[in-house]
Amino acid sequence: MKRTIPLFISAVTGFVLIGTAFIPKFVDWGNDAMAWFNLLAAFAFILGGGNLLKMQLQKISAQQPGWGYAAVTLIAFFITLFVGLAKVGVNPSVKFPEFAWSGEFQEEGSAFWWLFEYIFYPLSATMFALLAFYISSAAFRAFRAKNTEATILLSIAVIVLLGRTYAGVWLTGWLPNEPIIGSSGITYSDFHLPHLSQIIMDDFTTPGMRAITIGIALGVASTSLKVLLGVDRSYLGSDQEA
Amino acid sequence: MLETLQTLDRRWIFLAMFLAVAVPLIMGTTFPEEPSDQVMAVFDAVENLPDGSNVVMALDYDPASEGELQPMASAFTRHCALKKHNIYFMTLWPQGGPMIQRSTELLENDYPETYKGKYGTKYVNLGFRAGNEGVIKLVVEDLKKSYDTDVQGTNLNDIPLTKNLKNIQQVDLLCNVSAGYPGSKEWVLYGSAPFDIPTVIGCTGVQAPIMLPYIPQQLTGMLAAIKGAAEYEQAIINAYPELNDNLAAKEGLKRMGPQLVAHVLLICLIALGNVIYFWERKQGTS
Repeated sequence: MKRTIPLFISAVTGFVLIGTAFIPKFVDWGNDAMAWFNLLAAFAFILGGGNLLKMQLQKISAQQPGWGYAAVTLIAFFITLFVGLAKVGVNPSVKFPEFAWSGEFQEEGSAFWWLFEYIFYPLSATMFALLAFYISSAAFRAFRAKNTEATILLSIAVIVLLGRTYAGVWLTGWLPNEPIIGSSGITYSDFHLPHLSQIIMDDFTTPGMRAITIGIALGVASTSLKVLLGVDRSYLGSDQEA
Repeated sequence: MLETLQTLDRRWIFLAMFLAVAVPLIMGTTFPEEPSDQVMAVFDAVENLPDGSNVVMALDYDPASEGELQPMASAFTRHCALKKHNIYFMTLWPQGGPMIQRSTELLENDYPETYKGKYGTKYVNLGFRAGNEGVIKLVVEDLKKSYDTDVQGTNLNDIPLTKNLKNIQQVDLLCNVSAGYPGSKEWVLYGSAPFDIPTVIGCTGVQAPIMLPYIPQQLTGMLAAIKGAAEYEQAIINAYPELNDNLAAKEGLKRMGPQLVAHVLLICLIALGNVIYFWERKQGTS
């Protein structure tokens, strides 16, 4: 029973949503289904919070290596949750001045805004910025012309890296717009690095990505059909019938 | 020499990258940019709309990618402001709210004659809704089923801009700036493509190849990474020369300096690494 009902809900909702694409009468049903989906997505935040709590508490209770980080995560989680829910430092909105909590929780000057601007924002930006350091280290240690494929990849990477900056113009901007051999149509300026970089994107990357995208779409369609018809039940947690 | 490089402490590489980014950034070095056809398609999409058109600005990114994407969001906002467009801000990312705030501040501070105190009549902030592509599917069919209030809790029926807006099929242009999922791809798949909503996007360099197949059919144009932002800024400056003295309108252009030096450093490191590799192979140690 506990498997049949979710399977039934998935199948009905899925087929209704497919129907909305073809039958105008189904549009309102589809919108209702999506509104429900959005509600469920909001509740997923509660599940996410619960999962975070469970995992971090397990680490702390088992005194796993690095459990101190788990404690910091939990403290930060509770402070942020409290500050956001209690709307600490938020002024009542102009429209509803009689309600103390009517203001926007992210308003400038509030405690939540402060946490976001001065803790989350710099930490998050720093984590991403660190990528530049690791990429440079990896470029030095791992990007080797070990075989033909790696050499081609390396050459293309160099063209794109140079072509996407002014270095490409500096290095090849002087090439004249004159034909190389007679009337072949190929000119020296075709070898401008920014131009070559664009050719790589337009003539190699785009068709390649198009093929991959079509392949993924076909895979998604077949997997979706399997889910809707109840053939694939892995999303329920197990293939075993309860 | 090669022996020293073979055992080079990676902290030297980190220091070199730090200097490669910091020095041009501090010096404010900029380079001339020539807008590509793709960037001009984005520029024309905003420019060719009649003044005061309705534009949805979906900003789906967070502080981690702000370095790459904020110049695009600011450039889109600035361009829309120059055209006096009505702007509907929204985000599918929980961290997107403060990103929208940066754009609304730009409107209020840089274009006070059009936008100062005009919240609700010239721009509106719908804020964040959970549900990823589910939200997109709803806003293109029935906006008020997903958003019943704006970010301040005001009912959409009481806001002049949204009062008569049934869904975003009625807007003239959709601008999306995105750092991943949910973002540009979802907007194209569930929003613009099925309903032929003219759409332009700005995305990270990593996302750009994924979005290329949708141009020009489903997407009018795309700004890819900081290079795209810089070219777009240049296109706006070319059309509105008074912005030439506005440093805030050149954020992307300023970031191309560090990008150039960092890219050259990367190429040097790759070349050096390969010299060591072939030297080791010759020595029989690799």
